[in-house]
Amino acid sequence: MKDAPPQPDSLLPLPPATFHILLAVAEQDRHGYAIIQDVAARTSGELKLSAGTLYRSIQRMLEQGLLLETRDRPAPELDDERRRYYRITPYGAAVARAEARRLTQLVRMARDRGFAAERA
Amino acid sequence: MMRADDLLLRLYPASFRAEYGEEMRAIWARRRRDASGPLAAAALWIGMVGEAVTNAAALHGDILRQDLRYAVRTLARSPGFALTAILVLALGVGANTAAFSVTDFVLIRPLPFSNPDRLVALWEKLPGYSTMELSPANYVDWKRMSKSFDGMGAYWENSVNLVGQGAPERLGGATVTSDLLPLLGVQPAMGRVFTPAEDREGAPGTLLLSYQLWQAVFGGDAGVIGRRVNLDNEPFVVIGVMPRDFHFPSRDAEVWMPARFHEHDVNFQDRANNILNVVARLKPGVSLDQARAEMAVVAGILERQYPENKQTTAAVYPLRDELSQQSRLLLLALSGAAICVLLIACANLANLLLVRGLARQRELAVRAAMGAGRERLARQLVTESLVLALAGGALGVLVAAAAVPLLARLVPASLPIAQSPSIDLRVLIFAGVISGLTGIGFGVLPALRACRQSDFSALREGMRAGGGHKERLRSALVGAEVMASVVLLVSAGLLVRALWRIEATDPGFRTDGVLTMETALPMPKYNATARRTGFYTQVLSAVRALPGVSSAAYISFLPMTMTGGIWPVAVDGKQAEFGRSGLHTASLRYVTPGFFATLGIPLERGRDAGESDNLDTPFAAVVSESFVRRYWPDQDPLGRHFNMTFHDRTVVGVVGDIRVRGLEGKSEPQVYIPYRQVQDGWLAFYAPRGLVIRSASKPGTLMPAVRQIIRAADPEQPVSDVRTMADIVEDQTASRAAQVRVLGAFAAIAFLLAGVGIHGLLSFAVSRRKQEIGVRIALGAQPGEIVKMIVRQGAWLACAGVVPGIVLAYAAGRALEGLLAGVRPGDALTFAGAVGLCVLMTVLGSLVPALRAVRIDPIAAIRSE
Repeated sequence: MKDAPPQPDSLLPLPPATFHILLAVAEQDRHGYAIIQDVAARTSGELKLSAGTLYRSIQRMLEQGLLLETRDRPAPELDDERRRYYRITPYGAAVARAEARRLTQLVRMARDRGFAAERA
Repeated sequence: MMRADDLLLRLYPASFRAEYGEEMRAIWARRRRDASGPLAAAALWIGMVGEAVTNAAALHGDILRQDLRYAVRTLARSPGFALTAILVLALGVGANTAAFSVTDFVLIRPLPFSNPDRLVALWEKLPGYSTMELSPANYVDWKRMSKSFDGMGAYWENSVNLVGQGAPERLGGATVTSDLLPLLGVQPAMGRVFTPAEDREGAPGTLLLSYQLWQAVFGGDAGVIGRRVNLDNEPFVVIGVMPRDFHFPSRDAEVWMPARFHEHDVNFQDRANNILNVVARLKPGVSLDQARAEMAVVAGILERQYPENKQTTAAVYPLRDELSQQSRLLLLALSGAAICVLLIACANLANLLLVRGLARQRELAVRAAMGAGRERLARQLVTESLVLALAGGALGVLVAAAAVPLLARLVPASLPIAQSPSIDLRVLIFAGVISGLTGIGFGVLPALRACRQSDFSALREGMRAGGGHKERLRSALVGAEVMASVVLLVSAGLLVRALWRIEATDPGFRTDGVLTMETALPMPKYNATARRTGFYTQVLSAVRALPGVSSAAYISFLPMTMTGGIWPVAVDGKQAEFGRSGLHTASLRYVTPGFFATLGIPLERGRDAGESDNLDTPFAAVVSESFVRRYWPDQDPLGRHFNMTFHDRTVVGVVGDIRVRGLEGKSEPQVYIPYRQVQDGWLAFYAPRGLVIRSASKPGTLMPAVRQIIRAADPEQPVSDVRTMADIVEDQTASRAAQVRVLGAFAAIAFLLAGVGIHGLLSFAVSRRKQEIGVRIALGAQPGEIVKMIVRQGAWLACAGVVPGIVLAYAAGRALEGLLAGVRPGDALTFAGAVGLCVLMTVLGSLVPALRAVRIDPIAAIRSE
């Protein structure tokens, strides 16, 4: 039924929250609160997604086909029935890669002008 | 905590809440657990509220965009429905916006002064006169003795001749006391207003110009301040220009001069010299009733003190209410009619949407089956009706913008406001609110109805969706449309009959071929009777010699242009005195010979005023028949005496009565005095200024020669108010005619909409009963019977509307009685006409559906299910 997803580049630039959510689910399926925690941990507490922003982003990302809600569940003792788990789609991964490429290029240009430190 | 979470979640769209509410609740709970100390908890709360508001708004925005796209797509797919709905709405909104813009402008909107609700008008109240101007002496005493007001100012309207700035010109204006303009809280656009010193007896003349005059005559020259101008041969210095939207006391005012009362003058001390209009500003905290009570006491003291003040009390009214009952009623009737149109439009729209809702039940059921929540579907439908409302509203504003100029005649000239309202923000907000309410009211109800049944049952039901209940609702709506259109048809019919009746009133003179104009001679230049006589003689003899002119004459005031000029009369040798009751007064006019012939007023007995009637001959008078009936019924009036304007007068002629005060309402009996029989400087107000010319030539060809003649008689004399006598008479009914035209248009719209309503309902009924009708035809029903069946249904609808409509129309007629000029509110002819039209509308509305029913192919119809 659904049309073919648009070119990954057409979604760029990604809103920061969207990119961070993609990063959070890159390696494993996560539920909402776990995404918030992961983002906070990776940014040393700089970015604390609010519940509204998180689910608003997730709703849009589901529509755009960046994420899907997974039916696979972790072991029952670790799981809360109410929780929904989100998984990155191949399309989501492609979009994340495209965004990363865009950011890298930006940083390279900034470096050429002396705005950013040489590779750490 | 749970309650607060619920509240926050409520901000989000229901679909989002249903999907993610639980998870968000859980996250909020963890956050709260992690927050340590009251400060952190408070910060957390503030943050949560903030993000809830922004995220919820963004989500709602997303949905709105989606729904708008969807709505435009679905509406574009049924352009017939969309166009009908938008047009119906545009008519309803347009009618109401137009009516509102004028009603608001005239009746509601605050006057353009500072704190206008504190401004009041003060009047003397005498037996027979509810609002009489104040005499200067009483004004000064009222002002001195009252404590209720922050300030009190007075003015009288007067016109002056402007000479020396191009062609001489007649200017409307007002003479004001120096406290009047500050009292209104109006600042000049340029220069300053009058100082008290400039308002004293003997002070040199100072002048304020209206913005429009400054532009037209002085070319908007900023150096106009300090310029000397001549008004009625008296020098004035321009000290300021008033703002563009300042129209006080009326929109005719072009110049303002200070009053400069002559306090030792007889005219000032005469308490019967009622010339001043008085405006005051209530002190903060003083109510209108308190001011009235105080003024009653003040008037009571003065009544005991001065015999001329016998029976004189005080009247205090808000300045906003200074317009005639008739102006008010004309506008209220118009607004009522507009509301009727809106109601009909709403009923029509609701019907359209109900039918559409039925037709779309399958679509909604499919969408519900695919997981769309009821709230989401309802929201979609509401958006759709809002799109319709917006489009209809926008078109309605255009309709209103086109209609408002037609309504400008309903803005009375007596109000200190501009001539015509404009469609401004206030009016746009009104239109927006009406369209929004209509759209929501008549979109939401069908939407909720449709959604209540949006389950799989509609899928199974097929085309037979919609039960008897809905059918009854739709019939009731059509019945309401018929009812409202009966009310409108009857009201419009009654007002048309009233208009015809007034137009058919005999004014007492003949208007055809009569051209009129005014040449108001300035005083004191023309104080001497002989000098005026010279002017009139030169002008009239030259005008009479013009080709095509059969006669010409002068009179103090042209009929129907001046309601004043009333003077007490005494007969049987008693001295005329201001008895201050309306019983023994007559309208007083000075005339040159030939006035009656020029206007075609029949001379019943005796003779016309003659050139030989002068100060050396006995004072003569020509009186009207009603004057004779009042004083000498069944007797020969010729040679009888009466006393008026301090002189004994002998009746030398009797003429037919004319409608001095206009076509509606009663006029006093008329007394005409030969123009030479007045002493120098006396009764300057009555010095003839109205020139009437009976001619076979067109006014356009006549006027240049007439202007030439007047210029030759006095190069400084302006000519103003050039119009035909027919125009003057037509002016009498102009506001009525404008109102009737608009009301008639409303009635026509209503009639059309109700007809469309009947047609739509019956067409739908026929298509729904196709199978049943098919069976009937198959069983041998004749076409006549089928037609009868459908028309009968239409007739029932019409009856259901007409009967209550007649009752309401009668009530409306009673409310309009003040406008009906004697036409009875239950006028049988009007009612019969309205009902007849409704019958016609029913027949026409049911004809097409009936024919369609007859043409149903029974076999196809039975097979189709």
